[in-house]
Amino acid sequence: MTDTTSTTASDAPPRRQTLQLVSRYGTLGAFLLLLVFNIVVTPNFLALQTLYVNLTQVAPIVIVAIGMTLVIATGGIDLSVGSLMAISGALAPMIFMGKIFPIDSVGPSIALAFILPVLVVMVFGWFNGFLVTKFRIQPIVATLVLFIAGRGIAQVATNGNLQVFKSPEFQYIGLGRIFGVPAQVVLMIVVAILAAALIRYTVVGRQIIAVGGNEKAARLAGIPVHRVKQLVYVISGGLAGIAGLIVIARNAASDANLVGLGMELDAIAAVAVGGTLLTGGKANIFGTIVGAFVIQLMQYTLLANGVPDAAARVVKAALIILAVFIQQRANKA
Amino acid sequence: MLTFLGPFAPKSNGDLARLGVLLALAALIIFGALRYDNFLSQYNILSFLRYNSMFALIALGMAFVIMTGGIDLSVGGVAAMSSVVAAMLSTHSWWAGLAGGVGAGLAVGLMNGLIITKMRIQPFIATLAAMLAAYGTALLLANNQSVSVSYDTGFTEIGQGDFLGFPIPGWIAIVVYIFGWILLERHAFGRHVLAIGDGEATATLMGLKVDRTLLLVYLISGGLAGLAGVILASQFGAGQPTEGVGWELFAIASVVVGGTLLTGGSGSVGATLAGALLLAMVFNILNFENGLGWISLSAYWQSVIRGLFLLVVVILQARLVKPT
Repeated sequence: MTDTTSTTASDAPPRRQTLQLVSRYGTLGAFLLLLVFNIVVTPNFLALQTLYVNLTQVAPIVIVAIGMTLVIATGGIDLSVGSLMAISGALAPMIFMGKIFPIDSVGPSIALAFILPVLVVMVFGWFNGFLVTKFRIQPIVATLVLFIAGRGIAQVATNGNLQVFKSPEFQYIGLGRIFGVPAQVVLMIVVAILAAALIRYTVVGRQIIAVGGNEKAARLAGIPVHRVKQLVYVISGGLAGIAGLIVIARNAASDANLVGLGMELDAIAAVAVGGTLLTGGKANIFGTIVGAFVIQLMQYTLLANGVPDAAARVVKAALIILAVFIQQRANKA
Repeated sequence: MLTFLGPFAPKSNGDLARLGVLLALAALIIFGALRYDNFLSQYNILSFLRYNSMFALIALGMAFVIMTGGIDLSVGGVAAMSSVVAAMLSTHSWWAGLAGGVGAGLAVGLMNGLIITKMRIQPFIATLAAMLAAYGTALLLANNQSVSVSYDTGFTEIGQGDFLGFPIPGWIAIVVYIFGWILLERHAFGRHVLAIGDGEATATLMGLKVDRTLLLVYLISGGLAGLAGVILASQFGAGQPTEGVGWELFAIASVVVGGTLLTGGSGSVGATLAGALLLAMVFNILNFENGLGWISLSAYWQSVIRGLFLLVVVILQARLVKPT
């Protein structure tokens, strides 16, 4: 939330003041309400197991959504994240199972299985950024190309087959614990802290916001707009790649048809519910995380209380509309 | 550029892009005709039209939405939901299935339009949520499985039947496209659509009923997606609650390939049809290549090639259609 809204708050009519309050604390409030509701109603909600289930479910979404927040902050959008997850998820097992090139020792092959897939999808992310900046193609169209082709690439690479594996070293990223906390949750926290620091304390972070706020002004101010935009797509691609590794490690299997399916929508929804306007110029990392948690917890609440998954989707849709509506009303000048 | 074409030289960037898609379509057809014996056979042409008509319908609805500067991500979900509704109602009579399916699509379109115009929520978000809700409703109605249609009421004729020796889905698409052309080129509605895409504020100042036009545009898109769902159910013999994934992007790709800029304000019904046919033609040709054993590409290559194709088109558009 910027300072301008807080100064206008005092002059604004009471109804908008309420809306601004709801907008600022609504998502957090919804999160707390859901927590209280579950503690009272849902059996076994306070078990550590439940916490870990929810955290591990939400971790890949948060990681992807943070990349999406940076892209959206520049006024763009990245539809390709789900497909990029499928690509990195398809590549990793092929590497540590020696299908691409044989590696004898476990250590290097696992290390390569972590690094290479992420690097590959970062190149794809760079390609997205290249289309957006050099050819001036709208982000939604530019990333549509890899949305369509990316999953195909993963399917062609694996011939559409399910890759089943058992590799405790690799699966550490999805199943391991660091001081009792799931490794992917630690990873999520690290990514979140790095992204928040990037936005708050670095020049690049301010440049990202400036580009999304007013591209022309940013260019005139000497900001390397193209380089900044390319960077956010590379970051988004890389984070999608990491999320792909987590998902397949957790499942002990990689299915190019399913890994990351619909992830772009989950990520965009988390960003929207978290209060980052899709027009750019803002990046609320904390909001995105809370947004993802609200969506996850809401889904868990419904499922744990016997509401079918299909109905949960309808509720999720209504939640997204409501959240965006409130934020829009509150931010109206 | 291209002045050697004399009076046929494109007058605007949009014309240029549309000329490009027609040339590309013609080139693919000539390529196919020269390379394969049965390419121009009645059977291939008719089944090509039968199975691609529903995509062309969705592309037309999407074209109108995009011309206003909006987007409709819900069409795939709507088609899935409508196919389920149509299948469930097809036991009563074929027209109950048809009306139910189209009605379900119109209902989502109405909701999209109201959320976009009354709540002022970006089309991207509104229709994204509608997509989620439509798939959810489809799965709820169908109880997570596909729903068989009735074979006794003639419902399957809608997708599988012929009229005067021509596939009924093809007839439907022809009639709808003629209506679409009249709406856009010969009716005030079309000018309003383009004016809104050019600048909503200006259109409002000119006294155009912006909200009503936008509502109608999303109704058209929803209704046509519903119609596509009916054809889908009729052709498959079942309502498919999980079908339609990625259709919205296929439709967007058709519109983009047809030279309509995603920023709105321009567009053509004919070029959208050409764009949809062009994307479909690529697969028809791949099928021939596979069928003749000259290449052997798995079905997975289709999306890669579709993506590459979209890439070439958008790059060409970006190069040719310089923003003024």
